[in-house]
Amino acid sequence: MATDITAYEEMIKGLWRDNPVFVQVLGMCPMLAVTNSAINAVVMGLATFFVLVGSSFLVSSFKQWIPKQVRISLYIIIIATFVTVVDYSLLAMLPAIHKELGAFIPLIVANCMILGRQEAFASKHNVKYAVMDAVGMSGGFMIALFALGSVREILGVGAFFGVDLFGANFEPWVIMILPPGGFLTLGLLLLFFNWFTERRRQFLDKVAEAERVAVAGVDKNG
Amino acid sequence: MKNKDPRLLLQSAPLLRQELTTPAAMKDVWIALLPASCAALWFFGLSALLILSVSIAGAVLTEWVFTDKEKRRFALSDTSAGLTGLLLGLTLPPGLPLWMAFLGGAVSIGLGKVIWGGLGTNIFNPALLGRAFLLGTFPIAMTTWGAAGGPGEFFQIHSSNLALPFMQGQYDALSAATPLGLMKFEHQSTALGALFMGNTAGSIGETSSLLLLLGGIFLLLRRSIDWRIPAAIFLTAALFSLIMFISNGDVYPSPLFTLFSGGLLLGTFFMATDPVTSPLTPKGCWIFGIGIGFLVVLIRLYGGLPEGMLYAILLMNAATPLIDRYTQPRIFGRKG
Repeated sequence: MATDITAYEEMIKGLWRDNPVFVQVLGMCPMLAVTNSAINAVVMGLATFFVLVGSSFLVSSFKQWIPKQVRISLYIIIIATFVTVVDYSLLAMLPAIHKELGAFIPLIVANCMILGRQEAFASKHNVKYAVMDAVGMSGGFMIALFALGSVREILGVGAFFGVDLFGANFEPWVIMILPPGGFLTLGLLLLFFNWFTERRRQFLDKVAEAERVAVAGVDKNG
Repeated sequence: MKNKDPRLLLQSAPLLRQELTTPAAMKDVWIALLPASCAALWFFGLSALLILSVSIAGAVLTEWVFTDKEKRRFALSDTSAGLTGLLLGLTLPPGLPLWMAFLGGAVSIGLGKVIWGGLGTNIFNPALLGRAFLLGTFPIAMTTWGAAGGPGEFFQIHSSNLALPFMQGQYDALSAATPLGLMKFEHQSTALGALFMGNTAGSIGETSSLLLLLGGIFLLLRRSIDWRIPAAIFLTAALFSLIMFISNGDVYPSPLFTLFSGGLLLGTFFMATDPVTSPLTPKGCWIFGIGIGFLVVLIRLYGGLPEGMLYAILLMNAATPLIDRYTQPRIFGRKG
């Protein structure tokens, strides 16, 4: 049972504690470039999800046969394979979104978060953990993309997944769908995330301190 | 009771104190802005009053929300947040929906000042940052100008002012082109008299050159601002536009038009001279002013926008740390 709990933890850590965007600040290129609408963000997140889970699975399965000297190029080949699959599938299934995402689909190869997970995790752990870790990390990435894309689409167009929210009189915040809006929103989200983490840490410290005092009091009385 | 001897003053050093404190400096700027603000009321009526009060409210409220509880009274007592709101309000068009003015005030203080660490630590002038944000976010609302009325239309509020939050303003009257817009797109000059008195379309606080000059001269006499920055901006802008005017007088405006139109005076006296975001050294002030004067004419004549003061000042704000670094005075007795 113990192994199950750690595998679960490997997944959860990517969603929150080690979130690739909010904590590790990795993969900024797609993060800023394709999040001008929620649907683009979600498709980009799904593409990354597929690539990361697939390549983590392969890298972890083949780790005994990958020579140390050429490991990076082999990881890149594996990643590029999955990216090609995603690229052609999107072109076939969602041509409009594929056109909007443009060069950023092939550029998933260069997403440092994906290569980072292969080098730091998948090549050192067994398949189960590697896949759980990949699910968590890409899930965290997707959450971040989705958060950014939603904020930018709601303010910048007044819509959510293309559904009009505010009626015809809405004044769009043009800056939000332009690159500066991406930087601005990401910065504010990072600020909020760090503030929240800090407050949580302070709260936990306070609780621990109170517990320590209480235990010390009991010891003294007993 | 011991009788104090007034001839003997027991006090530890420093014995000489400068009168100039932050609240006192702020008070000077408030006084200097008073004539221009009154002109805003005169020309644009109640709309101007609403916009100014709402942008001040946005700025002060944001400062209040983001300051520690213990420091609140201190932080708000120097009135710098309200001043930022007033400066921002003076650069807004009279028909702007009020919620945008409020948002601009909040962005000025939130992103322009508090996020950098409060008063004295920001890189960019907060009011101009707020205006740049509004201009990037609502480009149409920020460039729709109402014509200047007079005291007769004092109680007429633009219906676009009263748009609900997040909604577009409904513009009632015909929009008017600013003197700079006329110059840029139709090569049509405006009479200098109107520019000087302020009876033109434009942002609510920038139209009256006379009253802005009055405020600027007051600040210069009070030594609240460094005279080198305005001097450098005026000289460079006048010289550059004189050269352009001589080269082709049909297309390019005269130097006097350059100086008295748009936000040049307001920006020069009240924004470029912000002690936080301008260089510290005398030589640095000259470089800073020359840069602004050059950029503003360059943007006006060759850029896509009719007015360049906003970006000229923000760009030179960005260069200020570098200027300060390269104009450090030589330490006496040392080489280089």
